[in-house]
Amino acid sequence: MNQTLAQHTGVLRAVLRRMFASKAGGLLNILVIGITLSLPTAMYLLLQNTQTLIAQLSGAPQISLFLRMDVQSRDVEELRKSLEANAAVANIEFVSRDRALEQLSQSTELKSVIGTLEKNPLPDAFIITPTQADPQALTELRDTLAKITVVDQAQLDSAWAYKLEALLRFGRMGVLILASLLSLALIAVTFNTIRLQILTQRDEIEVSQLIGATDGFIRRPFLYFGALQGLFGGLLAWLIIIVSLSLLNRPLAELSQLYASKFVLHPLNLGDSLSLLFFSLYLGWLGAWLSVTRHLSNLSSR
Amino acid sequence: MISFNQVCKRYPGGYEALKNVSFDIDEGEMVFLTGHSGAGKSTLLKLIAAIERPNSGSVLVSNQNVGALKGGALPYLRRNLGILFQDHKLLFDRSVFDNVLLPLQICGFDHRESSKRVRAALDKVGLLKREKTNPIALSGGEQQRLCIARAIVNRPSILLADEPTGNLDAAYVQEIMAIFKSFHQVGVTLLISTHDESVLQDSAIRRLVLKQGELQVAA
Repeated sequence: MNQTLAQHTGVLRAVLRRMFASKAGGLLNILVIGITLSLPTAMYLLLQNTQTLIAQLSGAPQISLFLRMDVQSRDVEELRKSLEANAAVANIEFVSRDRALEQLSQSTELKSVIGTLEKNPLPDAFIITPTQADPQALTELRDTLAKITVVDQAQLDSAWAYKLEALLRFGRMGVLILASLLSLALIAVTFNTIRLQILTQRDEIEVSQLIGATDGFIRRPFLYFGALQGLFGGLLAWLIIIVSLSLLNRPLAELSQLYASKFVLHPLNLGDSLSLLFFSLYLGWLGAWLSVTRHLSNLSSR
Repeated sequence: MISFNQVCKRYPGGYEALKNVSFDIDEGEMVFLTGHSGAGKSTLLKLIAAIERPNSGSVLVSNQNVGALKGGALPYLRRNLGILFQDHKLLFDRSVFDNVLLPLQICGFDHRESSKRVRAALDKVGLLKREKTNPIALSGGEQQRLCIARAIVNRPSILLADEPTGNLDAAYVQEIMAIFKSFHQVGVTLLISTHDESVLQDSAIRRLVLKQGELQVAA
């Protein structure tokens, strides 16, 4: 066990030495990978931040429940209790028909028109803040509420939520496409690097095979190289993001102050950072694996 | 130790390198394999290391049918063999020491043990003082001795040598033969292919003579 571990660390050391000994070559690859990965990551971050910003600006979505005109105050009390017991409802506010009329006459030029009315045309209403903000849950809640007998109409102001969702979906798809394409590019870069390495180390591979090296022994340094190169690339992408954000945040703070708001770009959280590193490591390993599998089978088919 | 039974080897294109070859080599025996170039000496050695596979017949090494070995088992066969290649196959991107270290790295020896073994092997062939040199700076005889060190560092029970004295001066040839005999004395099985008359003068050693792929003398 100890011996196996020593073997692996030995390979790791040799690979690191090779990566940094090859003058600019290894570092240049890491730079390419880092920049490549930082692009979709930056877009993802921007999307994430936009989402929080929009949520801040527009507040929570609401459902307005308009009750029947002939509803009794006892029924209203019952409805209030059942709403309070509903897990999907976060908050309720009751607006009586008198108060609604009052507000209306205060706030608009309809005052004179309202004065001519013989009786109050407005119904009692509940304004409900749901616990969940996603459009599907909102629609479902609206439909259940509309079925209550004393409820005349349940109105969901969902247009903005749908628009936002559609916009974000568009953005997410864009990021996904970009990330997929760049991942392919990254695999290709690693594939080619490993191909060149196999070519230059052809003699060593051949001799090793002739004196009893297993396939695993021959593959190992190349796989390690690919994975490590990917990992360092991911690390660089992470650094690029961190530095860019700290550079952007100061002018952004000044800008948002002019609009009397406080907005900062939030950096990658721990989970996202780890995902980025793991993903880049995996892509590097995959590129190396494909290359080794393709090119070593050529060599050993003697 | 090594046993050929009616072995035929045909290369793609129809060239028959070995025809119906049968012989046995006992454990600890030292045998010369002779014949003109193109007689099939190299092919015979390659069959033992499973670098080539026979078209028919069986090649047994330590009672293992080498010709039928799966790819995954090949490395373990070869670790038990020391091979001197005709074209040396030394690596010029590393020192003498690291060339000899390679077989031990492959077998997974730890650092201290392998350093000891590499130095012992280099001492045996008289190259201990040149361990940091690049093999390209060695003379032909020294390169051949380096090959020997690499072949024996793993302490194989069988040593195969393909034309180890080709293009060497008589003095170097004597040196290398002396090294081989010292291995013979400690019980290593040796099969040495050569067409060097000065080497073959030693009549105490059994010979296998190949002529156009056929075995002429089989004791």
